Amino acid sequence: MSTEILARIQFAFTIAFHYIYPPLSIGLGLILVIMEGLYLKTKREVYKTMTRFWIKIFALIFGLGVATGIIMEFEFGTNWAVYSKYVGDVFGSALAAEGIFAFAIESGFLGILIFGWNRVSSTVHFISTIMVFFGSLFSAVWIVVANSWQQTPAGFHIVGKGLDARAEITDFWAMVFNPSSMQRLTHVWIGAFLAGAFLVLSVNAYYILKNRHLEIAKPAFKIALAVATFFSIAQLIAGSVSAEGVSKNQPAKLAAMEGHFDSNAVAPMYLFGWVDENKQRTSGVNIPGGLSFLVHKDFSKPVEGLNAIKPEDRPTQVNAIFQFYHIMIIIGVASIFLTLYACWLWKKGKLFDKRWLMIVFVWGVLLPQIANQCGWFTAEMGRQPWVVYGLLRTSDALSAAVKANEILTSLIMFTLVYATLFVLFLFIMNRKIKKGPELYEADDEETDHFGIRENPMVT
Amino acid sequence: MFLGIDYNTWWFLVFGAIITGYAILDGFDLGAGALHLFLKKEQSRRIAMNAIGPVWDGNEVWLVIGGGALFAGFPVAYAAVFSAFYLPAFIFLIGLIWRAVAIEFRSKEPGLRWRFAWDFIYSFACIVVTLSLGLMLGNVALGLPLNAQQEFTGNMLTFFNPFSILVAVTTLALFMMHGAIFLAMKTENRLYTKLTILAKNFTVFFIVTFALTTLYTLLYVPHMSDRIRSNPAYFIFPLIMFLAIANIPRLLKKSRYRSAFISSSITIACLLIAVAIEVFPNLLYASNNPAYSITIQNAASSVKTMKILLMIALIGTPLVLIYTGFVFWTFKGKVKLDETSY
Repeated sequence: MSTEILARIQFAFTIAFHYIYPPLSIGLGLILVIMEGLYLKTKREVYKTMTRFWIKIFALIFGLGVATGIIMEFEFGTNWAVYSKYVGDVFGSALAAEGIFAFAIESGFLGILIFGWNRVSSTVHFISTIMVFFGSLFSAVWIVVANSWQQTPAGFHIVGKGLDARAEITDFWAMVFNPSSMQRLTHVWIGAFLAGAFLVLSVNAYYILKNRHLEIAKPAFKIALAVATFFSIAQLIAGSVSAEGVSKNQPAKLAAMEGHFDSNAVAPMYLFGWVDENKQRTSGVNIPGGLSFLVHKDFSKPVEGLNAIKPEDRPTQVNAIFQFYHIMIIIGVASIFLTLYACWLWKKGKLFDKRWLMIVFVWGVLLPQIANQCGWFTAEMGRQPWVVYGLLRTSDALSAAVKANEILTSLIMFTLVYATLFVLFLFIMNRKIKKGPELYEADDEETDHFGIRENPMVT
Repeated sequence: MFLGIDYNTWWFLVFGAIITGYAILDGFDLGAGALHLFLKKEQSRRIAMNAIGPVWDGNEVWLVIGGGALFAGFPVAYAAVFSAFYLPAFIFLIGLIWRAVAIEFRSKEPGLRWRFAWDFIYSFACIVVTLSLGLMLGNVALGLPLNAQQEFTGNMLTFFNPFSILVAVTTLALFMMHGAIFLAMKTENRLYTKLTILAKNFTVFFIVTFALTTLYTLLYVPHMSDRIRSNPAYFIFPLIMFLAIANIPRLLKKSRYRSAFISSSITIACLLIAVAIEVFPNLLYASNNPAYSITIQNAASSVKTMKILLMIALIGTPLVLIYTGFVFWTFKGKVKLDETSY
């Protein structure tokens, strides 16, 4: 395989694996803020117990997010040296801002969140929880800004020619608020909230099925259901705003997402289907003129298709992009129906009566995970052949000093390490969930488990 | 220009400060991990892990910030350094992964065999991370063969030269000393006694390796000592460093561990300052032809970006220092295990 393909596989693999965890941290962060807030407000033990249980799960997930995330920051330099030089000004600034403004807050307060329960007052602990949540939100801001700049570059000019060309910032805020950053950020945030909410739903649905920890599982389920319902509906809006943005900024990507080739034709919107790239034909169930309506607010106007774009500037693998995009949408719509139905049962007081619904929620944890991954695959594959849209080709962005066998070696290394990590993660999560929330004794500062006396002064 | 110093130099200083912060902070975490297997009892190992538990993650952030700072300020150097150090960099990163998950996973099962396996992985990962950091530092100091496009032209074996291996071992000794002093500061009773002995032994280990490295540098790596030799004013940094190192055994004998910890932190800082003085204005010295070196001028991003970055650093750094300080203050004193501990 060529260096380029190997480098792309390596990047896709490491970022996709990483992306299991940060959305869960962001979403769980929100849920933790709600749970701990309820505890502070009501002082009821159930909220305290669920908060402390989810802090432990959060710690595990956060740990894996950090461990796999740090790879990403250096992978640009190792595999994509030309890219790194080209975008260093812009992308590097966003990454540096992420480190100092977001990740530092998150990791700093994480210590207090996890270990500080008996060390600081409940208010300070709550503030730490909020700071960790905000830190994770800010992290998403800078990362999505950096990626959006690759999709819709703004606030820069090009200096130099050929392989020495680089983008330099001319307007920092135009770079930050590039045309796609805010709509994509909203979309990503909501996807993360859903990932967290569905995890909490899943675990508590499991307890309800097993008839365990019901006094904690039921209220926790309801909190997560409220979050999941609200954001499932919000995602419908955020998602369509984002798609509209793509239609303006990246017509080639939109055409690939819907498998639309002919620029003179009215474009349908598919519910599902199949793209035959050789015959340039897409078949499936569709809303006639749906895409025309999304783009022009008119069912009968033609939409720019892939044929209007030079072959070397078109995304390849149109069918894969089409499928990823449509899986995401199907899951999004399914989440809305699922959560609304559950809310309707909740209103009738029969939320926990249907076993099959609880079984669906146990597996529901996969829905936002799959949707988030599919969304990113759509966004990134749809941007090809560009790494910076319209400016730098992926094939030009590689490190010259790195050879295919080196990438293959590191790829094999990562596959082994990540596979092991994933198995261990599932094993430990499974054990923790099976063990369930613990009731903690009233905090007693004098207690020492190992005969260790507290000495407040460092000597 | 900002306060009479050009932006490139400013950013070199900022980057250097971040790396120094990282070495001091994660240095004691890594050192504590590297000596982990010297502690035999399950409870001792638990206490040692919980001593760094609340802070190691925050310490690692300095590496993330450093990576971002290099990427943003000197993108050419970032690109060249990491594609040159391809495999050492990945070994370093995979070591960091295992360090992180070992800390996280170890406590999740009570079985002693499970815990022993993670203790081993944890300690091994910390040693690998420290050695690869030292190896990269050694190679940066020594310089690497580059072509006119500033791309690395050597191979894997280029990195394993005597000087860099010596620097790697010295780094390990330094971090183990630093980590042992930190743990002594955080423990009591018999574990404390054990750590004081370890701290003294690692100090001797460090002094020996450091003396060898210094000697080797003076004899065989002239470009790493000529600036300090020709500018007597710079002698202040090696001097402070020697005083700090000499001070450590004295403070250890008096059981003044906080002062000893400050001394070992000063040692790390002065060591890196001395390296920075010699390296400046290069970021990566081309050992085959100095004209190909990657410098703070030819590797820099635009002045506009440098200004933005300095602004970000000026706003961000005080915030980071405030809440890092707050977290350390919250967990000050000897380690006390409770139900939230690892």
